[in-house]
Amino acid sequence: MFANVLSSWGISVKQTRQLIGWVFSLSLLLGSSWLYAQQSIDKIESTDNYAVAISADVDQLFKDLAAANLREKSNIITSLDQQSGREMLPVYQAMLNGELYYDKESLQLYQVKDNDQGKESVYSVFSGELVEGQTAKGLKKVRVNNKLRKQLRGSIARIQLLFGERAERQAAAQTMLDNISPETLALFQDAAENESDQEIRDLLAVGMAMNTVATASATEERVAAIGVLSTRLETPVRNQLMNLVDKDSSGEFVEQDAAVRAAAESALKEIDGKIRFYGFMEKLFFGLSLGSVFLLAAIGLAITFGVMGVINMAHGEMIMLGAYTTYVVQLLMPNHLEWTILVAIPAAFLVSGSVGVIIERTVIRFLHGRPLETLLATFGISLILQQLVRTIFSPLNRQVSTPDWLSGSIELNPVFSLTYNRLSILIFSLVVFAILMLVMKKTSLGLNVRAVSQNRNMAKAMGIKTERVDSMTFGLGSGIAGVAGVALSQLTNVGPNLGQSYIIDSFMVVVFGGVGNLLGTLVGSFSLGVANKFLEPVTGAVLANIIILVFIILFIQKRPKGLFPQKGRAAE
Amino acid sequence: MISLKGLFGEKSAPTAGSLTSGFTSRTTAIVVVVLFATTILASAANLWLSPDSPLYVSTYTITLLGKYLCYALLALAVDIVWGYCGVLSLGHAAFFALGGYGMGMYLMRQIGDRGVYGNPELPDFMVFLNWESLPWYWLGMDQFWFAMLIALAVPGLLAFVFGWLAFRSRVTGVYLSIMTQALTYALMLAFFRNEMGFGGNNGLTDFKDILGFSLQSDNVRVALFAITALMLMLAYVLSHFIMCSRFGRVIVSIRDGEARARFMGYRTERFKVWLFVYSALLAAVAGALYVPQVGIINPGEFSPINSIEVVVWVALGGRGTLYGAIIGAILVNYAKTRFTAIMPDGWLFALGALFVLVTVFLPKGIAGFIEQRVEAMRGDSGSGGDGGSSHKQQNAEGASA
Amino acid sequence: MTVLDATREMFRRDQVWPFLVDESSAVDVSHNMILYVEGLSVSFDGFKALNDLNLYVKDGELRCLIGANGAGKTTLMDVITGKTQCDQGSVYFGQTINLLQRSEPEIAQLGIGRKFQKPTVFEAHTVFDNLELSLKADKGIWYTLRASLSSEDIDRIDDVLELIGLKEQRFMQAGALSHGQKQWLEIGMLLASDPRLLLIDEPVAGMTAQETERTAELLTSLAGDRTVIVVEHDMEFVRSIARTVTVLHQGTVLAEGTMDEVQNNRDVIEVYLGEEAGEEAGETA
Repeated sequence: MFANVLSSWGISVKQTRQLIGWVFSLSLLLGSSWLYAQQSIDKIESTDNYAVAISADVDQLFKDLAAANLREKSNIITSLDQQSGREMLPVYQAMLNGELYYDKESLQLYQVKDNDQGKESVYSVFSGELVEGQTAKGLKKVRVNNKLRKQLRGSIARIQLLFGERAERQAAAQTMLDNISPETLALFQDAAENESDQEIRDLLAVGMAMNTVATASATEERVAAIGVLSTRLETPVRNQLMNLVDKDSSGEFVEQDAAVRAAAESALKEIDGKIRFYGFMEKLFFGLSLGSVFLLAAIGLAITFGVMGVINMAHGEMIMLGAYTTYVVQLLMPNHLEWTILVAIPAAFLVSGSVGVIIERTVIRFLHGRPLETLLATFGISLILQQLVRTIFSPLNRQVSTPDWLSGSIELNPVFSLTYNRLSILIFSLVVFAILMLVMKKTSLGLNVRAVSQNRNMAKAMGIKTERVDSMTFGLGSGIAGVAGVALSQLTNVGPNLGQSYIIDSFMVVVFGGVGNLLGTLVGSFSLGVANKFLEPVTGAVLANIIILVFIILFIQKRPKGLFPQKGRAAE
Repeated sequence: MISLKGLFGEKSAPTAGSLTSGFTSRTTAIVVVVLFATTILASAANLWLSPDSPLYVSTYTITLLGKYLCYALLALAVDIVWGYCGVLSLGHAAFFALGGYGMGMYLMRQIGDRGVYGNPELPDFMVFLNWESLPWYWLGMDQFWFAMLIALAVPGLLAFVFGWLAFRSRVTGVYLSIMTQALTYALMLAFFRNEMGFGGNNGLTDFKDILGFSLQSDNVRVALFAITALMLMLAYVLSHFIMCSRFGRVIVSIRDGEARARFMGYRTERFKVWLFVYSALLAAVAGALYVPQVGIINPGEFSPINSIEVVVWVALGGRGTLYGAIIGAILVNYAKTRFTAIMPDGWLFALGALFVLVTVFLPKGIAGFIEQRVEAMRGDSGSGGDGGSSHKQQNAEGASA
Repeated sequence: MTVLDATREMFRRDQVWPFLVDESSAVDVSHNMILYVEGLSVSFDGFKALNDLNLYVKDGELRCLIGANGAGKTTLMDVITGKTQCDQGSVYFGQTINLLQRSEPEIAQLGIGRKFQKPTVFEAHTVFDNLELSLKADKGIWYTLRASLSSEDIDRIDDVLELIGLKEQRFMQAGALSHGQKQWLEIGMLLASDPRLLLIDEPVAGMTAQETERTAELLTSLAGDRTVIVVEHDMEFVRSIARTVTVLHQGTVLAEGTMDEVQNNRDVIEVYLGEEAGEEAGETA
């Protein structure tokens, strides 16, 4: 069911699998190992030279390949193409990467590359298994030149197109669109007959239509082919259509046929319309993604500033601590990189949260009711924390690696794709927000916090331990900042100044949304994020930033209490 | 009128319990005398003593002192709005830097064809960016008087517009602080851009001479230092008179109870804007004097941390007292110079700790400490009921913010 | 009118020439009314603090406003002094001046003074400075920068100090005064500003019986030259000064008249004085 819905959006089954796996925080590792388990190499007959069975002809060709000169190699590859199928893929790939070697005596082919420890090792060319006892010493590289590489790429694409996994076939078809030639056309026709997947068949049809447009002579035939192309967003399609309506240097149309030109023009218009739409969607997505970062950075602040009325200038450093916690967690468990993020989230919450509690107990408590002094003191703390991190970890940026299940993207079409890390941070921010809302609305802590924020003395009189509530609130706000740091570590470099760059933006979001209003923070962060991304192409990133800042400064003039002010007499 | 005021001796006599007249007048005199003496002695020691003499003051020290005095002037500017009016500006470095850029533009034009590219019209960085002609806002900056006018007018205007917008809509307290910080942050981002025409990342530097005098010569350095000291004295005396006038008392009233002042018929937003612009102008003067002495101005001067650092100088020295700001600025910067020489990494720790310790343990700063001492010494002979005044003021400040 | 009379009129020592009078501050009380409040409504987030309130105050009157908490007394004062914006209605000072169009400082300069519920004096200033700042004078920036005290000003401040009994404390910081003294200082600040209309919110809270008596005396003596509106919960105090009492209830005027009239008003007994009346009945019994 779920898969059907997704594929109707243009998300394939494998992607769906990835999506599900990713949503439930299962790693792609599991998913893909399951996939690989299903995939078995067809066995034909066995010879003992290679672990995988190959025919004697092929074996001979391999031997020739080792000794041949560059031109002969080209011919040998052509013969190999004709005689074999999918199993040749690793050989070609090794050859393309310059990892294919041969034994000078036996002319046996091997793959030579660095192993995990960075030591040069010899692998079987088909199975990829380590060949024990064999050193690279007696081996010689199978030389390739650019012409050969091009041919290899073509052959690899061919194999992938005909025998590959679904994603491989799709990718191959897409690559081959760049360069439609009579050979590729034949290949496309071949592939289209055996292809079961509708999407790939469409792609192949596009390739054939492109060929028709380029080579056919009858006007109707070409116009019909352009009709097929007009629904596609692939770059080569657009380029071809652009060429059709282009003029040469003397001002003459390159394309003589007016009807074809007209068809191409309308097709281009349609395509450009779609591209604009997806461009809009992309900006929206980037805007929401930036908004989610703002949200994560700002909700902690919305609690300490909005609910407690405490200005915490060290909030940015709480984010930074969270990011460094991720870094440390990855250092501690290098063999389980996939899981580090999940471990880092609670760890960062605890680290930043407890630092927050310590700050509250040792400094902020004594500055109660003096917001400007609190601002200065927490600023001092932020300097100390920054310098501390600089001293411990070095002032240089640290790289936090992204687990596989967070890298990559959902490609909805050639011009629009959603990267997993941004998408997940977007969802993550909403989840954190929802949890926080629940905590504030449904738990006794939330009730106490709201009571204290509205009337401290009354709350005290009713037996609420206001000091404890202050500590808890501050810890909660700081902890969430730490969690934000984990998310940010997936997007940017982790350095001592990480937090600083977000603190002003976060304050702007909170002020814009209305202090003391979590929902306002949500709306504020997303609107600022989206506004930023829509301004950016027009004005450039820095100017967009400035415009937003100036806008907020002016906005505060008009509505000093933000978008969603606290109402009633209590706000006075 | 003035003689009439004298008739009512009690009011202006130094024995009055109020700290606004007698005590401050005396400290003003002390500050001016100390500044004057230091300037004369240091200048003389540099110009007329031989370098071998133990009393010789090196030109490096003179320039360093000049820098401190610029900072002191900047601190004075912040103290006037924060200490007296309760407006905590975290963006005063913006006015300082704008004044500095005004001076920097003049100095840049003075380089003429002595730049690396030898273009008589365009500064080097514009040649480097393949600009054809001077942008309009660089025109006329080769005239000293015009450049100085711009160096004051632009920050003044910015302060006026910002202050007018902010104070009219009654943005106060922490909000205002964050707004000012955003202001200087936005300016920093803007000045980092090459397209702005202010040298981008590198800013303006490689200055050669000012009004035809080489910036490298000892005499010019001493003169700049002396002018800075003079400006500081002038600013101090002027601020003293402003703060002792009824205007100054209205300003303090606004700090302690703006709504009440409004109900008394004072248009508080106008008072605040006026004071904010005055303070911005002082900061701009400080910036304009700073640039020829340090020889560079770049967008880093706009960075929010600079503004906040100024605030901690004032906090340490004691806000609400003019001399406190000067003590704080000089003390912290001297410490910074020494500290960064001994252990560069430790400075931020020290500065951070200073922020925390001063706000928690010394809310009235060094000046508050001194005044407490002075009051205690006068305690036997003085008027009653002076106890707890500083404390009360503290509470009022907190409540209004 | 003879030329001599006209000339005399022109040079009368006790008044200012018309062209010297700031137009904005000339209050037209030709109909003997100084304050018109008509159809005034204010709501906070759905809650109606004032609901179609009408109030007319005569020039020179001493008017007491009473009413339970939340009846809208302070809100009414907020609207008159420009602190709170109203949703509907009009507030006129005299015949011509629309107060709703003016800001707080403008209203204050028109001669409407206010004393808050909580005494708010400038604690960092001396008593003397507090009074000096309140003096009726130009409140502009340039004037205050070069303002100095004239001998009339000093006399005026001395008079006020005498009146509020803080002569001894004139150079004491206001922050060091006792609560009652602060109340007095605030009243003094009001007096120093020489207002036409005084709005006084709970003047006797925190005062001793003796001080309360003095306050009552002061307020009664003020009425006549000036118009005084007092909000007070202390019924004894209200009874001692009131000529006309207005009872507010849920943002509207419930009753108006002399203390006796009001006390016998059935609506009032029901909603506000009921308890009080009952108590009194018990006392007399």
